Amino acid sequence: MLLQLIQGLLAAALAPLVLGWLNQCRAWLQNRTAPSLLQPYRVLRKLLRKEVVLAVNASWLFRLAPYIVFACMVLAGSIVPLIATDLPFALAADVIALVGLFALARVFMALAAMDVGTAFGSLGSRREMLIAALAEPALLMVFFTPALISQSTALTTIVDQFSNGALQLYPSMAFAAIAFVMVLLAENARIPVDNPSTHLELTMVHEAMILEYSGRHLALMDWAHALKLTVYMAIGIALFLPWGVAHPHEWLGLPLALVALAAKLALFGAGLALLETLAAKMRIFKVPEFLGMAFMLAVLGMLVHFLVEA
Amino acid sequence: MNGPLVGQVINLLAALMLLIAFAMLAQRRLLRLIHLFALQGAVLTLNTLVVAATLAQSHLYFSVVLNLVLKVIVLPMILIRLVDRLDLRADAESVGNLPLIMLVAVVLVILSFNVALPISELAGTITRGTLGIAMASVLIAFLMMITRRKAVAQVIGFLAMENGLFFAATSATYGMPMVVELGIALDVLVGTFIFGIFFFQIRETFDSLDTRNLESLKDRE
Amino acid sequence: MPLLDLILAVVVYWIALGAIGAALPLERAIHARVFFPISALGGLLLTTVGLAGLGNWPQAAVLGLGLPDLPFHVRVDPLSSFFLLLLGAAGTAVSVFSAEYFQRGGGGDIRLICLQYHVFLAAMTMVLVADDAYLFMVAWETMALASYFLVITDHRVAEIRRAGFIYLLVAHLGAIAILLAFGLLQIGQWEYTFEAMRNAVLSPGWAAAVFLLALVGFGAKAGFLPLHVWLPEAHPAAPSPVSALMSGVMLKTAIYGFLRVSFDLLQAQAWWWGVVALAVGLATAFYGAVFAAVQNDMKRLLAYSSIENIGIVLAGAGLALVFHAYGMNLLAALALAATLLHCLNHALFKTLLFLATGAVMHATQQRSLGKLGGLIRRMPWVAALALIGTLAIAGLPPLNGFVSEWLLFQSFLLSPGLPNSYLNMFIPIGTALLALVVALSGYVMVKFFGTVFLGLPREESLHEAHDVGLAGRIAMGWLALWCVLIGLAPVLVLRALDPVFQQLVGAGLRDSLAQSNWTFLTAVAPEHASYNPVVFLLVIVAVILLGAMALRRWFPSGRRRAATWDCGFGKLDARMQDTAEGYGQPIKQIFQAFLRLERHHPSPFDLHPRYHSRIEDPVWEALYAPVARAVRRLSGIVGVVQHGRIAIYLVYSFVTLLLLLALIL
Repeated sequence: MLLQLIQGLLAAALAPLVLGWLNQCRAWLQNRTAPSLLQPYRVLRKLLRKEVVLAVNASWLFRLAPYIVFACMVLAGSIVPLIATDLPFALAADVIALVGLFALARVFMALAAMDVGTAFGSLGSRREMLIAALAEPALLMVFFTPALISQSTALTTIVDQFSNGALQLYPSMAFAAIAFVMVLLAENARIPVDNPSTHLELTMVHEAMILEYSGRHLALMDWAHALKLTVYMAIGIALFLPWGVAHPHEWLGLPLALVALAAKLALFGAGLALLETLAAKMRIFKVPEFLGMAFMLAVLGMLVHFLVEA
Repeated sequence: MNGPLVGQVINLLAALMLLIAFAMLAQRRLLRLIHLFALQGAVLTLNTLVVAATLAQSHLYFSVVLNLVLKVIVLPMILIRLVDRLDLRADAESVGNLPLIMLVAVVLVILSFNVALPISELAGTITRGTLGIAMASVLIAFLMMITRRKAVAQVIGFLAMENGLFFAATSATYGMPMVVELGIALDVLVGTFIFGIFFFQIRETFDSLDTRNLESLKDRE
Repeated sequence: MPLLDLILAVVVYWIALGAIGAALPLERAIHARVFFPISALGGLLLTTVGLAGLGNWPQAAVLGLGLPDLPFHVRVDPLSSFFLLLLGAAGTAVSVFSAEYFQRGGGGDIRLICLQYHVFLAAMTMVLVADDAYLFMVAWETMALASYFLVITDHRVAEIRRAGFIYLLVAHLGAIAILLAFGLLQIGQWEYTFEAMRNAVLSPGWAAAVFLLALVGFGAKAGFLPLHVWLPEAHPAAPSPVSALMSGVMLKTAIYGFLRVSFDLLQAQAWWWGVVALAVGLATAFYGAVFAAVQNDMKRLLAYSSIENIGIVLAGAGLALVFHAYGMNLLAALALAATLLHCLNHALFKTLLFLATGAVMHATQQRSLGKLGGLIRRMPWVAALALIGTLAIAGLPPLNGFVSEWLLFQSFLLSPGLPNSYLNMFIPIGTALLALVVALSGYVMVKFFGTVFLGLPREESLHEAHDVGLAGRIAMGWLALWCVLIGLAPVLVLRALDPVFQQLVGAGLRDSLAQSNWTFLTAVAPEHASYNPVVFLLVIVAVILLGAMALRRWFPSGRRRAATWDCGFGKLDARMQDTAEGYGQPIKQIFQAFLRLERHHPSPFDLHPRYHSRIEDPVWEALYAPVARAVRRLSGIVGVVQHGRIAIYLVYSFVTLLLLLALIL
């Protein structure tokens, strides 16, 4: 149980660092100097110390939403097997329940965005719900393939299956991995679906929803955003690169697991930064095509599993 | 070599073949389509090479060389030259109702797998799991021919069908008799030349390579 | 036989209430406040009876009513008990709410409404306990008629009359199909009891015919795809408590009928029945979701959402049929669990949402989403309870909607175990469609809640909106409480439902659920998949509380109110936020192929430019219009016979007489 708490806190603590690392990689690729790796922490501290300014017509939903979103992400961080597979919360949710958890956070964000009654809030809200609606089938099909291979939808079982079993080439998992990365980009508001550092409101999706937030509410929302990205990356690592996670009753495996996690997150982050640098943000109505392609890849992965691996 | 590893590599290449077939179905730009076709030929060659090397089917080495020369080098070059002379380098066409076409393609894959199931159980090769994918590639290439309007894209679909056919032969019976293979290769080569000649004719008559123009040859009453 | 007696007592009680209410000339407010709450007592009793009936053996009886040779048979078994529980729970809430709703407001004589309402409730109960085709059809028709009269309560409005007519038409088409199905089931034995039908042996061809007729017949009442056209017309036309009852309970009686015929009365199922049901269910769900996203009327949006949820229920039932036909009964029980639980969940949260719209309409007199907004400040109770309903219907953990969707996804994910290799690969693709539908329903519900309760009020009159009174709060609170409880303890619910699964498919989930403690919901085994809603709730609440406390201690910064950030523009008003149409625009654009869109763009030369767009259901043009035209042409041909001249009619009689004489001689 203590380990569970540690994992949850670790996920929350690591998230801004992952964001910092992502920015660092992007800066290296774009031939400029990045702010220090700890900059996101400083930003969070700055925001937490500032006064909260609420719109006159913001309701209790608006004030409650950042807490709920953050809590959902912390729970997700505790469930995904970051460093160990036998934690008590891990059985509390399988991948479908994780998707539901993310949906809960997203719905509260969307509702909070509509609360203030500005044009930008509802714009961001509807775009975000659209992208989510199209990404969820793709995400589900991505999860289908490992679920078929390991006969289970619980992440811990999948991790156990893949890391303990013989090393095998799974083309279906390769397709699913590509589709997963595409869905990750869509769901976490990265380029090419959304630009997290844009200042033009008409191009915003995620940023438009948190436009009204300030002070500690904004800090919580930003933290939750970074945490969501970290958790998604962790899910990807658990599904496609599961080696190195500590197995049940293996206390000595924990340091190795930490190192492995850091290495994998760093690699994944660098890869994401590369993708972001190479691609340009696409029009909002090209996003259905993008997600359709992810969906087709995931379906292809599943079909390939039936065709050649079953 | 490790038996299952060979099987896995062949499966991986088969999966790539399927991916390329789908990608060709959705690709709008002509030049990229030709590159995809060359890539498909390369994957096919690699697959044949693996089978030849690890399963001691030495007659497949000739097929490897033939494939490499014909499908990866000569045919794409001919097509690119054709495209240059027809001034189609920047050509792109809209692919119609893409989600529907993709759905039909998925249905075709499922169908071909189920049809191939009894046959692959009869075949004695290590690659029999890939027979379904091979048939699916043929059907998807056929679908590509149906859903495209520009003539060059239809020809590429025809050539992709031949690719799929060869892949099916490799996976079911370790290749075709050399005579048959040479015959098919010759047919394909000559066919491409003739297509090229026809393209010029069509373009002269209609000033475009849109095959829907051929409908105007219908007798009107 | 106490349970059956109790049920019949409730039925008689309700009819008596209705009759007395129709007779007494009381003042409207007093009438409403007296009669409806006491009918809620009947609902409560029915709920407890339903709960008790789940664990009991089936009880049957023969009533003395009916025709001399055809008495009424009644029976309560686990399946009926479940649906009685559903009816009771939802009916109680609606009755309590109606006490407040019908106090004011014009349209409709309260005495007539009282009579029709209670007859409606009584008829639905009788449908659920009917044990022979005769009583079933009598109760079914009474239910349809009573609801028709309730729908056209405001009969002075032409649109409402039209909606009622369409409803009646489709309901009767369905009734004909059901009648034919029952007729086929008795295969010439002239025995109309369900017991006889259960024991009858039908050839596969006739059994398939019965199944298809049942699908069409019950589908007309439940709202499966081509027969759904009455739903978006009738539900908005009816008064809100009636819409709640229709959407929440009446559609489920149709599902009850479908399950009764396909699982219970037909002994052997073919696998392709399930595939047909699955396909129709998924198509219906998709259709409902897409259309709900583009609606501008509160109640039409909820009506299409009902179509979507009924589609999900049918998809689950289809999957259960497929598993059952292949003998994989444990998986069939899982799919059936998803189906039945979704029925119950939908009854609860849809009723809650319709009651919320009733409260909103009562307070603001507005139905269109374009004229609402910002009601969370004026109507906090309705907003909070509607939020629970919205989260539940969007399928979000830890509420009840997520549980049934989770179970359904698990059933879909287990379908590759089927022996049929075609189904193995097609059904997972159907899963993706289900995921799309679930995600779209989230979209729809965010649109609904956001446009009605959040943002700025789009009309001046909204500033005087009043919150719902005690009765309304109790009613909606009761439903919201059930949503939360079922969401947190689904295992207890599933354990209680085990007799229903045993009855329908011969296997139950009790064993697989017993492998872990009551907080974990598992599909087949805990290693396969598990979900613990209690952990979800506790951790989220803990993090919120700890986080808030920590922030208060270590980062005590102030809080002040200021004007909304307006990008320097300075004159933000309510018209700048998204309209309902605007919110649905992405869906409209992407799924254009499925809608029938009529748009009128202004030209550059218009002096008074207007933009006008209308979305219609393509099923009207594709299916109903040609049929209507054919019927008209046919009647035109037949109408040649009718001249109006007496001499010709006398000639007809004369010729018939001559023919008959010729035949005799």
